[in-house]
Parts: sequence; C-alpha cells; structure tokens
Amino acid sequence: MTTPAVEVSGLVRRYGEREVLSGVELALEPGRTLVVFGPNGAGKTTLLRVLATLLRPHAGTVRVLGSALPEEDWAVRGRVGFVGHEPLLYRELTARENLRFHARLHGVAEDRVRELLDQVALTERADEPLRTLSRGMVQRVAVARAVLHEPELLLLDEPYANLDPAAIELLAPLIGASCGCTRVLCSHDPSGGLDGADVVLGLRAGRPALLAQAGTLAPEDITELYR
Amino acid sequence: MSAATSTTPAAPAAGRERPAATQTAFWPTVGALLRKELLVELRTLESVPAMSLFALSTYVVFHFALNRGSVEGDLAAGILWVTLLFAAILGVNRLFVADADQGGFDGFLLAPVDRTALLLAKVLTLLAYLLVLELIAVPAFSILLLGAPIGPALPGLIATLALADLGIAVIGTLVAALAVRTRARDLLGPLLALPLFVPIVIGAARATEPLLVSAHRGEPAARWLATLAVYDLLFGLIAYALFDFLLED
Repeated sequence: MTTPAVEVSGLVRRYGEREVLSGVELALEPGRTLVVFGPNGAGKTTLLRVLATLLRPHAGTVRVLGSALPEEDWAVRGRVGFVGHEPLLYRELTARENLRFHARLHGVAEDRVRELLDQVALTERADEPLRTLSRGMVQRVAVARAVLHEPELLLLDEPYANLDPAAIELLAPLIGASCGCTRVLCSHDPSGGLDGADVVLGLRAGRPALLAQAGTLAPEDITELYR
Repeated sequence: MSAATSTTPAAPAAGRERPAATQTAFWPTVGALLRKELLVELRTLESVPAMSLFALSTYVVFHFALNRGSVEGDLAAGILWVTLLFAAILGVNRLFVADADQGGFDGFLLAPVDRTALLLAKVLTLLAYLLVLELIAVPAFSILLLGAPIGPALPGLIATLALADLGIAVIGTLVAALAVRTRARDLLGPLLALPLFVPIVIGAARATEPLLVSAHRGEPAARWLATLAVYDLLFGLIAYALFDFLLED
C-alpha cells in the first residue's frame, strides 16, 4: 500500500484564542492534486503553511511525505515547494541573485538557476532588481524559486494570481497538472480549479465543508461554498 | 534532480525509518546568507550610513556642548562607547527587517539548513557594520574630542573594540530576532538590548580609559578585557541555545 503524501487527521490550528482550522481530515496519494476551495479567511493559507512546516499544528496529526509534523519537520524541509501570497524574495536583489541565494540554501547547482530563468522567460530581465519587475514577473520568479530544488510536494496558494494566460501556460510544466509532483493548491476559481484536481477540499470558517473526488463535483457545488 | 552540493545528514538519526533528508552544508549556507545580507545593505544603504551619521553627529554635538578643547580619561571613554552603542542599536533594529517584511524568514525556514547558520551570518553582518562604523567614528572622535593623537592607543583600542563588537553583535542578533516579529519591534529591540549592553559599555569604557589619558598612556585593563571576553562567551552560548526557538512559530 502506498504511503499518502499528505495525511491529516483532526487538525486544529489557532491564532491566539481564535481557531482558524478545526477538525480538518484529508489524505492525498503521491502524484495527485488536492484543490482547496473556500471563502477568504476559511483557513486555506493556514492549512498550506502547516503542511509547509511554517506553522505548528496545535492538535491532531499531520504527516507530510511520510514524516510526522512538527516532530520530523527537518525531514520535510527541502522536499516541499511553497508558493504563497508573498514571493519570499528580496526586492533589492535581482531575480538571478534571489534564485542563486535559494539555490545555495538548497544545495542546488548554478545551472538550474539559468535553466529556470529561461523556463519562466525572464532571462532578459534576470539582472534587474525585483522591485522594478511587474507583479506577474515577480510571481514567475516566485514559482521558479519554489521548484528550484525539484520538490516532491508543491504547496501552491493561488499561484496564478497576477498572471496573464500566456504566463499560466508558461508555468504549466513547472506547477501544472503535468509537473509530476503531488500538489496541494488553493483556488477561488471553481471551474479552473476543478480542471486539474483529483480531490477537492472545501473549507468554511476553518472547518471542512466538503471533501470529495473532483470527478463527482460540478463548479456549482464549489460556488455553493462561497454563499 | 540537480546536483546537491556538499550535503551532510540532516538531523538526529535515532529511530528514523525513512531515508535521511539531506542538509545543505553549514559553511556554504553561512556564506550564502552573508553574501545576501551585504548585497541587500549595499543596495539599500539603510543601516551603515545611518549608524555612521548618527555617531558623527553625536560627536559634533558633544564637541560643542561640552565647550572645552578636549576630553580624556573616563569622560572620553564614556562618550566614545555610549555613542558607538547607540549607533549600533540603529543597525540592530534593521537587522531582520528585510527578512520579516519580504518573506526571507519563510524562505530560509523552508530550506534544509542548520538554523545556526542564520545566527552566525547575522552576527558576522553586524560585525561588518560595526567595523565600518568604527572606521569612520573613531577617527572623527579623535579629531573632534580627543586632544592628543589616537595612534599610540590603537593596538589596545582595537582589542577592546573587537571584544565589545563581538558582544554587541551576538546580543544584538538575539534581541533583533526576538523583536522583529512583534508589532512594537522598533521599541522592543532597544528596550531589550540596552540592559544587556550595559556590562559591555562598562567593560569597554573601563578598558579604554587608560588608553585615553594623554599624560601617560597605559595599556587596556586586562581585567576588563577578560570580563568582556567572558560576557561574549556567555551570550554566544545563550544565543546558540536559543536562536532555533526564536525562529519557531
């Protein structure tokens, strides 16, 4: 039997007294895609940050790539790629310098930086400070950063925000359904999100409101979550 | 997968059933972090120019406010060290700001690296800032406030500066890491740092005092240099033990 890439049971996470995640359960097989839907403040970003080891679960069990969190978080780091609301890049450094910095932290060879700059079509602007690039370009660099070390699990928080259709197509081999990674993706786009999904989790006020195979759902079922 | 450069086993091996994740080697990580810190400072010029200008302005103010030709002995040592200390606090306050505001913390925490590398890189960064500050501030202090040339006092002064800077850098990094994720970081940093810096100011000023007596220049007081060294060691160990916890959620 295959070990799930992500296994969550009874997850609770609080900010102060406020419970932002409560009773979340899910299991995701390797190579599959989980899309998380839910209105703003539903706990999607918090769930991703817990899976990325950036936040500790306050109750319940969380296993990522076979390792229990937070006890074995050291075994998970370096095996996940994370795209969040912030690009996790330094504005004063160039795209190349930022990627080179992360490549060194992950022990990745320099060639990979050049290869990725080319793949996200930023070779020509690679030596300009990030603060001079458009938000869409910065998002492309953020995606390159997230996949630099060829992670087994991608945690993507609205990764297509700020991107035009051409850029979305450009990034498909890196973070799209064809990338070959296990993916957990947050989305607000019912039809677009369902397209690449194998499993769907719907959150409402931090609690699971929907957990189903994507094939059994229509966009209207997702829209219902937002009402 | 792209070649991982020098890697070592990740963390505690006991009882692990899965293959060990690999951790990026320590010194290349420190090098990458330090390089990034210095590049960001070179581009933004947010810390070192502010620290240096503050020190220069303070010496100018003392020069006119004291209304005397020169100072020496304990008064000179006090002015030198209090000014350097307050200038250093400006750098301490900015030390983690880019990381906190631009997501650098998260980027670092997601990497398979020993977190002590960040502590060491930040200490080295602050030491570099202090070195530049003192290259500007000490000659200015000598010209504006010290009657006699500072040249003969330099060997002893350099030893004192090195020991005091190390303590300021270690404590400053620890305090900055603690304060940066709070809403009142600009206030909390100095409030936490100042009491911890007091023994450094006392030790450094007492060690410097005999060097700044024009009539018969002495050696820095060995007792106070030893005190500084012990304080550095103590806070080095505390920082090493605590730093990981400061980065945790």
